[in-house]
Amino acid sequence: MKHFMAVIGLAAMLSACGSTVKLDNVPVEDRSGVSTGASSGSASDVGKADGSAVGKGTVASVNLNKSAQDASMQGTTRVVYFDYDSFVIRSEFQSVIEAHAKYLAADKSRKVAIEGHTDERGGREYNLALGQKRSEAVRKALSLLGVSEAQLEAVSFGKEKPAVLGSTEAAMEKNRRAEISYR
Amino acid sequence: MHASACAQFRVEVSGVGLTQIPVAMAAFKGEETSIQKISAIVQADLERSGQFRGVDATGITLDENSRPDFSSWRQKNADALLAGSVSRLADGRFDVRMHLWDVVRGQDLGSQSKAVVQADLRLAAHEIADYVYEKLTGDKGVFSTRISYVTKRGQNFNLWVADADGDNAQSALSSSEPIISPAWSPNSKQLAYVSFEARKPTIYVHEVASGKRRLVANFKGSNSAPAWSPDGKTLAITLSRDGGSQLNLLDLSVVGSEPRRIAQSGSIDTEPVFTADGRTVYFVSDRGGSPQIYRVGLTGGNPERVTFTGSYNISPSLSPDGRWLAYISRVSGAFKLHVMELSSGSTNAITDTIADERPSFAPNSRMLIYATQQLGKEALMISTVDGKIKARLAGQTGDIREPNWGPFQK
Repeated sequence: MKHFMAVIGLAAMLSACGSTVKLDNVPVEDRSGVSTGASSGSASDVGKADGSAVGKGTVASVNLNKSAQDASMQGTTRVVYFDYDSFVIRSEFQSVIEAHAKYLAADKSRKVAIEGHTDERGGREYNLALGQKRSEAVRKALSLLGVSEAQLEAVSFGKEKPAVLGSTEAAMEKNRRAEISYR
Repeated sequence: MHASACAQFRVEVSGVGLTQIPVAMAAFKGEETSIQKISAIVQADLERSGQFRGVDATGITLDENSRPDFSSWRQKNADALLAGSVSRLADGRFDVRMHLWDVVRGQDLGSQSKAVVQADLRLAAHEIADYVYEKLTGDKGVFSTRISYVTKRGQNFNLWVADADGDNAQSALSSSEPIISPAWSPNSKQLAYVSFEARKPTIYVHEVASGKRRLVANFKGSNSAPAWSPDGKTLAITLSRDGGSQLNLLDLSVVGSEPRRIAQSGSIDTEPVFTADGRTVYFVSDRGGSPQIYRVGLTGGNPERVTFTGSYNISPSLSPDGRWLAYISRVSGAFKLHVMELSSGSTNAITDTIADERPSFAPNSRMLIYATQQLGKEALMISTVDGKIKARLAGQTGDIREPNWGPFQK
């Protein structure tokens, strides 16, 4: 009988165990580069335009879609691929890094997350650390080209977000990458 | 193995030359009208441990008040006999009673009685299995403990809490972004884990009974690999905010406390795990050029390398009794679960699979749970420390990974 009271207490605890937390409504970062917060300055300009002396038919165009402002970046890839077990940015991607660096250095209001990824081999946490080495290689390269550290955050998804499913070498090549994600 | 019909771990591999204690388990009186077949749950628990085998007791009517004929059970080669009953009380709860005998010595090994709500009948059965296990082996049973793991179905990730036999699984968290590295708090009430819901890895502490979540690490860069100190007051975590993946200690008793770095290096340091005395942290580092397991004292001193064989040794797990280190080693391109006896350094690979991940010891140090792949599908396995008995968690569809075995229920 010694556990009698303890078991009743446990019963009360367990009866509340069904509470599932759902995160399906968590806002997901929009990769198109839409950023309403950064455009609030432009929004106030609308009011100014309304009370100014310009003609009544004048329309001040406010574009909340930052990606439209990123027109110069549209043709530029956001993905840098890496060799197996490597964190060295291949020379073919130097122009990609330079294009992003030029854009970011010119607009200090823009921030990017550099997301490192690995292929599926090995442990999840160790791959997270390997993905971090890739994202930090890109972060350092951007920083060396004059981008402020305040604009950059290097993070890792390890092997959790493969670009391509499958265990073929072709799939794994596509997964060893760092993605430059405008926020 | 009729008993495993209600359990979700299916025993798949049996060792040879094992000493298994033969136990006769009579059907509990009244269990035919109970929604849980107590004797079957107890038998499945004991057989899954690899240390017991059931002796046929079908058709025999016994309960906790019986005076069994020991000689007839000895003739059936039973060493022990379990009997009991389940009856409904006036308040709707169930009175579960048991009695255990050593039939070789003709000894009474004691009896227990518990009143439980219907939802806890399984737990009552697991506690009976724990009682039998402890009386017959001298070690504490782990059948009433809980496990946690993660499933992925399409783009939906769930963090689950289940009984140690895999049954009674309940979702603690559902997310459209990955969840990894769940770790039970020492008081078995909370899980720390890494969630990618903010499109980067951050660490939460989640109270299982209420679903209340606390974001404890959201520093610039990646936040990962939470491990609890034995007193539950500190998390060892991996942060990249200073550049690279580095170990830090985070005081949980102070909201917003500043993490303190340990084992600093210019290399990857990650996957920390505390020793039972809380004085040492084992971790993975590539400071020597390849990922190896190291240990460092928290009161000072240089990290000391622990693994020397192979070029990829990760995911350390310590048995609570301090005797064993389990880890994953890459051998000829295959990722295999290894167990090292720390006193001698002798090491064994204990699986036939090639994509083993993230071992975690049962709180009695006798068994392990780990993730692997079978026929191209993710699977969770439990194994004895010597690898001779294994069972696979069945019943969950989709990918299943990141197991963690919880502590003894307090």
